[in-house]
Amino acid sequence: MIHARDVHKRFAAVEVLRGVSLDVGKGEVVAIIGPSGSGKSTFLRCLNHLETINRGRIDIAGETLVSAGKDAVCRYAPEADIRRICRRMGMVFQHFNLFPHLTVLQNIIEAPITVKGLRRAEIVPVAEGLLRKVGLLDKQASYPSRLSGGQKQRVAIARALAMDPDIMLFDEPTSALDPELTGEVLRTIRELAEEHMTMLVVTHEMAFAREVASRVVFMDGGEIIEARPARELFSSPEHARTRAFLENML
Amino acid sequence: MSYVIEIMGPLLEGTGVTLQVFLLTFVLAVPLGLGLALIRISGFAVLGGLVNGYIWLMRGTPLMLQMLFIYFALPFVPVIGVRLPDFPAAIVAFVLNYAAYFAEIFRAGIQSIDRGQYEGARVLGLSYAQTMRRIVLPQVLKRILPPMSNETITLVKDTSLIYVLAMNDLLRAARGIVQRDFTTTPFIVAAAFYLLMTLVLTLGFQRLERKYAVYDG
Ligand SMILES: Nc1ncnc2c1ncn2[C@@H]1O[C@H](COP(=O)(O)OP(=O)(O)OP(=O)(O)O)[C@@H](O)[C@H]1O
Ligand SMILES: [Mg+2]
Repeated sequence: MIHARDVHKRFAAVEVLRGVSLDVGKGEVVAIIGPSGSGKSTFLRCLNHLETINRGRIDIAGETLVSAGKDAVCRYAPEADIRRICRRMGMVFQHFNLFPHLTVLQNIIEAPITVKGLRRAEIVPVAEGLLRKVGLLDKQASYPSRLSGGQKQRVAIARALAMDPDIMLFDEPTSALDPELTGEVLRTIRELAEEHMTMLVVTHEMAFAREVASRVVFMDGGEIIEARPARELFSSPEHARTRAFLENML
Repeated sequence: MSYVIEIMGPLLEGTGVTLQVFLLTFVLAVPLGLGLALIRISGFAVLGGLVNGYIWLMRGTPLMLQMLFIYFALPFVPVIGVRLPDFPAAIVAFVLNYAAYFAEIFRAGIQSIDRGQYEGARVLGLSYAQTMRRIVLPQVLKRILPPMSNETITLVKDTSLIYVLAMNDLLRAARGIVQRDFTTTPFIVAAAFYLLMTLVLTLGFQRLERKYAVYDG
């Protein structure tokens, strides 16, 4: 579903991604871990075109988002194609990014109506189903400011799912939450994993990564140091940097 | 009291002129100001620079001077020179001037919206125009209500500047009667009229603020 090859990203003179390659298959759940500043968020943001890459190639669900020409300059698909390709991915941010002027229900149905042109009557039952799934049906008329962090993040997940994506990207979905609220969000993500949603999750929750991810990717200094099945990576990390990081985390 | 009723006719006529200038300016300058603000934040350097220069010019010179220029000097400017009658000249000057102030209010409001809102909309597939219309501008509206209320109340009082084009607005009408009858009563009545107009605006804006108070942020 995700096919990234030799992705390079520079901010001014700083090379933040230095040749990242990763494949994520259908139904796979991949966790990305690594120290702060290692480029985890940047990589995720490159996948859905929130950042543009300087070199490399990205394909999403069989369609080419960006590829390198023979002169190694990368070429993006036309704008309309980019939007269509990126719409196959939902994204959940650390700070939720809910729309504060809209109620929970309005947050969820906004994009399906505005972008997909669905009628209200079509999407409201879907939205209600998603809210029931994340356990927030009774909050549908509330504004986001009335919700706890964990509830906000579950609304954000429901909002992304309402666009019926094939892939979900999570960028530290629990890092802005009080510890006692992370459980409810992780439970929601775990349920998605059980439904075989393809997911790429940047997280600092090692226990979660070990339990839910089929593969864990350790990034450091803009590179993937190792990417292996969760159990293997946690029990016997190959690289000294991975080992040092994991020891620090526990 | 009977004197107040006697002078009511010309004062009401003056109020009509004042209200016309006010309403036309407001209705035209708000969209123009929004357009200018959108150009300024669009990232087109040349256009943005032009808008900056325009705002500097309009805020950096007196409105009265701008009005006098459009009425007396514009007819002699090559190419764009047109001779406007007094009322249109006043409206053009007011709209051009107030659009600059409104543009700055809109710009500050738009820039106060968190980048996460744009990204949240973007990953849901909304285009830039959809993001602006559905996500950003509704939130901007709430945030700019206080400065808009200020500027709008200032506009009511600024309308009295059109006396320089010899138009009979509320204040000039009052002054005419004062000079004729040697009494200051017309001034007091005019003050009451201005207060009434600004009260209506204040209450209107308060209502809007209450309406938007249903959400925080
Ligand atoms: N818009 C930007 N402009 C300049 N530098 C940036 C920008 N975004 C990120 N960076 C830099 O890129 C590097 C990688 O950042 P990134 O956010 O991808 O790291 P991360 O692995 O997600 O870290 P964290 O765990 O703290 O979220 C950092 O050094 C950061 O300062
Ligand atoms: Mg990050």
